[in-house]
Amino acid sequence: MEGVNWHSFYFLLFGMTACVFAVAVVLTGSIVRMAFYLTLCLGATAGLFFLAGAGFVGAMQLLIYVGGTLVLLIFGVMLTAQGPFVSMKTRAGEWVVGGVVGAMLLGLLLQAAFRVDDWMGPDPGVASAAMEKTPPGELGIRLLGKPGDNEQAVGFESGYLLPFEIVSVHLLVVLIGSAYLARTKRRRRATDAAEAEES
Amino acid sequence: MNLLAEPVGASHFMAVGAVMFVCGVVCMATKRNGLGILMGIELVLNGANLNFVAFSSEFLRRNTEYALGVDGQLIALFVIVLAAAEAAVALAIALNYYNNHATIDVDRADELKG
Repeated sequence: MEGVNWHSFYFLLFGMTACVFAVAVVLTGSIVRMAFYLTLCLGATAGLFFLAGAGFVGAMQLLIYVGGTLVLLIFGVMLTAQGPFVSMKTRAGEWVVGGVVGAMLLGLLLQAAFRVDDWMGPDPGVASAAMEKTPPGELGIRLLGKPGDNEQAVGFESGYLLPFEIVSVHLLVVLIGSAYLARTKRRRRATDAAEAEES
Repeated sequence: MNLLAEPVGASHFMAVGAVMFVCGVVCMATKRNGLGILMGIELVLNGANLNFVAFSSEFLRRNTEYALGVDGQLIALFVIVLAAAEAAVALAIALNYYNNHATIDVDRADELKG
């Protein structure tokens, strides 16, 4: 096992897991299996975030995405997956069109990704020892308004305080709005009708 | 194997992100279940997020002064939070649609007039 770059090894492990389960999400027909494969795919993406040195983002990916958003999606699946809606077949023509467009898009993106020499990675033996994580405190300080050190960065003179506040209010609005949307209208109408019949 | 011995770079992260993005797009295009389309959107957002995080790292490229630094990670965090909000609203709409039409097939959602 001499000469194995363990960072690259774990990148291959998590990257292959993410890719394989992303393809599995597309190919499987059952909505329940899609939810399960998506969980594994996003978990492997959290591993990739850790490998890129973004420990806090990886932890948030696990907590919010895998632990929150996907649980919400799985609840949606459980509420709606009844009888014919568990697996709905797609017509062959749509598969062909979607596959052709997807293959073309994938070719374009891969070509763009491997075009630039600067992105191909550090020189061998230079940086693999220096993979250090960004401390979460730095993210918090930037969120509270400290401007960045980068002189070339345009805008964001006040750090990320304004986007942070906008996102907070946005989350509140979204929660109220979705609670208003998802309230049970039909059942209330049924009880109204029952009360009207009784009286 | 060559890839095991050499350090990976932002290009390799971008390749994984591209696969996830394309899978999400094809998922959105071909699934008939409304929740399947939501899952495609999650895949697209994660593929984009992976690029932001990869470019924020100084250790995945040769010229370290061009790295996004903490900015990339903060944008990734904002994307995660906004994706959670989007999933909540979209799920509320999907459940409302299921309650009113007794189906989740988006091909039959051509009469959503209030």
